[in-house]
Amino acid sequence: MKRRDFVGLSGLAAGALFIPTFPGFAGNLVDPARLLEPGVDVAIKKRLADAGLNAAKAAGATYADVRIGRSLNQNVFTREKQVQGISSTESYGAGIRVIANGTWGFAATNSVTEAGIAKAAQLAVQIAKANSKVQKEKVQLAPVKGHGEVSWKTPIQQNAFEVPIKDKVDLLLSVNAKALDMGASFINSTIQQVNEQKYFASTDGSYIDQDIHRIYPSFGVTAIDRASGKFRTRQALSSPMGLGYEYLTPKASDKIAGPAGSDVVGYKSSYDMLEDVASATKQVKQKLTAKSVTPGKYDLVLDPHHLGLTIHESVGHPLELDRVLGYEANYAGTSFATLEWKAKNIPYGSKLVNIVADKLQPGSLGAVGYDDEGVKTKQWDLIKEGTLVDYQKIRDQAHMVGQNESDGCCYAQNWADVQFQRMPNVSLQPGKTKLSVDEMVKNVDKGIYIAGNGSFSIDQQRYNFQFGGQVFYAIEKGQITGMLEDVAYQANTQEFWNSCSAVCDQSDYRLFGAFNDGKGQPSQSSAVSHGSATTRFNGVNVINTARKIG
Amino acid sequence: MAILSKDEAQALLKKVLSYSTADECAVSLNGRNTGNIRYARNSVSTAGAADSVSLAVESRFGKRSGIATCNEFDDATLKRCVQRAEEIARLAPESPEYMPLLGPQTYLAPPSAATTLLTATTRAQAAAESMALCAAKNLTAAGFLDGGTRFQALRNSKGLEAYQQSTNTDFSVTVRTADGRGSGYAIGDATDPAKLNAKVLTQRAADKALGSVNAKAIEPGKYTVILEPAALMDGGDLSLLGGLLYGLDARSADEGRSFMTKKGGGNRKGEKLFDERITIYSDPMNAEVPGSAFDGDGLPTKRMSWVEKGVVKNLFYSRFWAEKNKQTATAFPSGFVMAGGTQSTAELIKGTAKGILVTRLWYIREVDPQTLLYTGLTRDGTFYIENGAIKFPIKNLRFNESPIIMLNNIEAIGRPQRLAGCMIPPLKIRDFTFTSLSDAI
Repeated sequence: MKRRDFVGLSGLAAGALFIPTFPGFAGNLVDPARLLEPGVDVAIKKRLADAGLNAAKAAGATYADVRIGRSLNQNVFTREKQVQGISSTESYGAGIRVIANGTWGFAATNSVTEAGIAKAAQLAVQIAKANSKVQKEKVQLAPVKGHGEVSWKTPIQQNAFEVPIKDKVDLLLSVNAKALDMGASFINSTIQQVNEQKYFASTDGSYIDQDIHRIYPSFGVTAIDRASGKFRTRQALSSPMGLGYEYLTPKASDKIAGPAGSDVVGYKSSYDMLEDVASATKQVKQKLTAKSVTPGKYDLVLDPHHLGLTIHESVGHPLELDRVLGYEANYAGTSFATLEWKAKNIPYGSKLVNIVADKLQPGSLGAVGYDDEGVKTKQWDLIKEGTLVDYQKIRDQAHMVGQNESDGCCYAQNWADVQFQRMPNVSLQPGKTKLSVDEMVKNVDKGIYIAGNGSFSIDQQRYNFQFGGQVFYAIEKGQITGMLEDVAYQANTQEFWNSCSAVCDQSDYRLFGAFNDGKGQPSQSSAVSHGSATTRFNGVNVINTARKIG
Repeated sequence: MAILSKDEAQALLKKVLSYSTADECAVSLNGRNTGNIRYARNSVSTAGAADSVSLAVESRFGKRSGIATCNEFDDATLKRCVQRAEEIARLAPESPEYMPLLGPQTYLAPPSAATTLLTATTRAQAAAESMALCAAKNLTAAGFLDGGTRFQALRNSKGLEAYQQSTNTDFSVTVRTADGRGSGYAIGDATDPAKLNAKVLTQRAADKALGSVNAKAIEPGKYTVILEPAALMDGGDLSLLGGLLYGLDARSADEGRSFMTKKGGGNRKGEKLFDERITIYSDPMNAEVPGSAFDGDGLPTKRMSWVEKGVVKNLFYSRFWAEKNKQTATAFPSGFVMAGGTQSTAELIKGTAKGILVTRLWYIREVDPQTLLYTGLTRDGTFYIENGAIKFPIKNLRFNESPIIMLNNIEAIGRPQRLAGCMIPPLKIRDFTFTSLSDAI
């Protein structure tokens, strides 16, 4: 976070919060009605893209792709009884990536004309040729057949951009009112929406038009005990989803109760924001007086809304092939799961651990028809019965692990940014034997049930991690006995996944989402989901995080 | 047109203001001309450049405000942008935190920006030298070099006019041994790229990589540590010192949800929270880290004392919160200066009987906002010190520590160095809490 964000969070008058520093790339602030106007016709986009591809080839490129992108965002932010800010942004431009002299080159322009795109293509070729002089390894692309002219759209029921802003404000203010009525000291609530309209064309003969939607409603409730100066927060148990506004129409069939005595409700494909804020307000007040945890070894029962982030950090990231190969060494880090480590067949987890990568799952953040280098998306195994079987890879990496197919997980956050390998959805498969969360808890002698994600930290090779949560409940002799506070667990990735002793069945399975996963320099954001059912891990080291500062 | 002069920028803003029909109007221009190169595995991976200018228009009718932006500057586009801001303002709810626009202000003139900047060619040369140095020693370099010029101009209907230009170049490099058993890191930034030597920094990272092979495990626990500046401030607010300094916010403290909250109500401004050797201030006129002359509102920056001899002297007050609480509004600075002594890191090591040298901390996250407890890990060069010398490299460790506790456990303060737009000294701290070991290299 930089100074600008600091000022925003400090409660500056609504407006200044949302001025992007460089709207050309981050999106221009526009009237909300503008977000409902259609983008450029697909036939025009094809003509524009061809101008870029032809210019690149004429300048000496052996491969080129053009991405014409229109990114629409709308965010509504409120606190207590007031609207803090509403922003509607539109970003429109084209990014051109080429290979010349065996080297990548990239350029972007917001001049979306045949001349503008052709000029950017020529610049991309110039950059590729200049960089080829200090290039050691020539780019090799896994083959992709051209798809011709195709399209894909997130299967949404209600476009959230078509819902009047007033309805969103009314929902958020009613959520806030509920919390305040129930005794919360403060509440912030938001609805964030994204629509990526992407057109991809490449010299392989693909012309792909995609319309991608995401939505993320959320809140944070704070309770304060003025006399002691103690404060606690509870964040929403919603997930960002690849859905439309229908996510905010709650359905009873999408609700999953946590274990008896926990007062936790999880959500599948729809979210009851009013119900969750009521639970949150009740829980945040309980957190002020909850018992401080005694450190030691506990069996952990982890709710999917918590476990999703642990999967993200300890499985999703270490199996990104660019990290494994060293491309992220200076920033995000490398990985313990090297090719040499994989060859030893050391168990990543117990036999119950089956983890799939996927770009198809309906409602997920990662679902698209084709990735940002024109590869049709798929699902594949990463960990099978505890053994690492594959990584996440894109076209220029497949040959490095002796394969000849991309996994279709190449992504750029915007037309102005170069695409690179990003995490697909990475999900733990539910147990094959019928098991409810209550049945799971019944067998735990000394444990902690954790829901929601809190503080999280992991080393640069993904061995050692520490996670907090939103709510913690003690389990004693098969029963939830009360709320705990000051809980964080520390573990080693392999020891943790090898301690996995039970996974609830499909009926408990749901998606958690990371809306802004960061990687790369300059850093780019991507959104990804992680599915799981409630899962048990035996004998995990829990620390007490309470401190005194005088 | 990325970098406009003061006259060019103000002429454009004056024209935009002339299109306004709102009660109040504020306009701003931001521009940059920057470029970067990224490399890994001793080979260039990506290179990019950004050359852009954007205009933001804020229109106000009473307490209703609307903002629109654009990045084309023909008269028709400018007029449309103003109209759009006015349309959005008319539809917006009234802001209960409305503050009138500022009138004319007087600004300091921070030391001027650099005149000679890196180009795509000189960036590639610097990267090539860094990679060649490593390749010659059978080491692998991954680095990022990024920088250029930026400008910002403000003008409003109350007569405020402001303009500033700045330059900055950032470089960081991680060097690893070919067998992956050693890793070292170095980072630097400068207003004038001539003062940033990528080769020297790469050599430092290479030395740490070679020195960190065959790391031994030590028991987690409380240790005396020497934290190099990168271990204190690399990562902005997600750093040990940054988290503390960016958290000095009056509103969250007054609302009861900050480590600066006072038991029973109010905030802890004026209290001695740290060792009396801790003094931290900001100064836009500092020759080594020149700062911004104004913030996004147009509020002038000046020398501000944040912590003096361990006492918290100021908190950040937004204009709204300052007026509500009869305080003076604070323009937040672009960087901090932490006062220090004259000892280098090497001299601090010489004076240490037993301790740990930490090059860098990583994945720092807040565990408890009440106590500002943070967790994270050491990375890229962690060494055991005995009898005034580095004895051997050690495996990385996870810490759980609060910077508030840390700044009460000061043993020694070294000579400040520039890092991330701040001047930060290496600190020698006793009883720094490590809670587990990591196998990461």
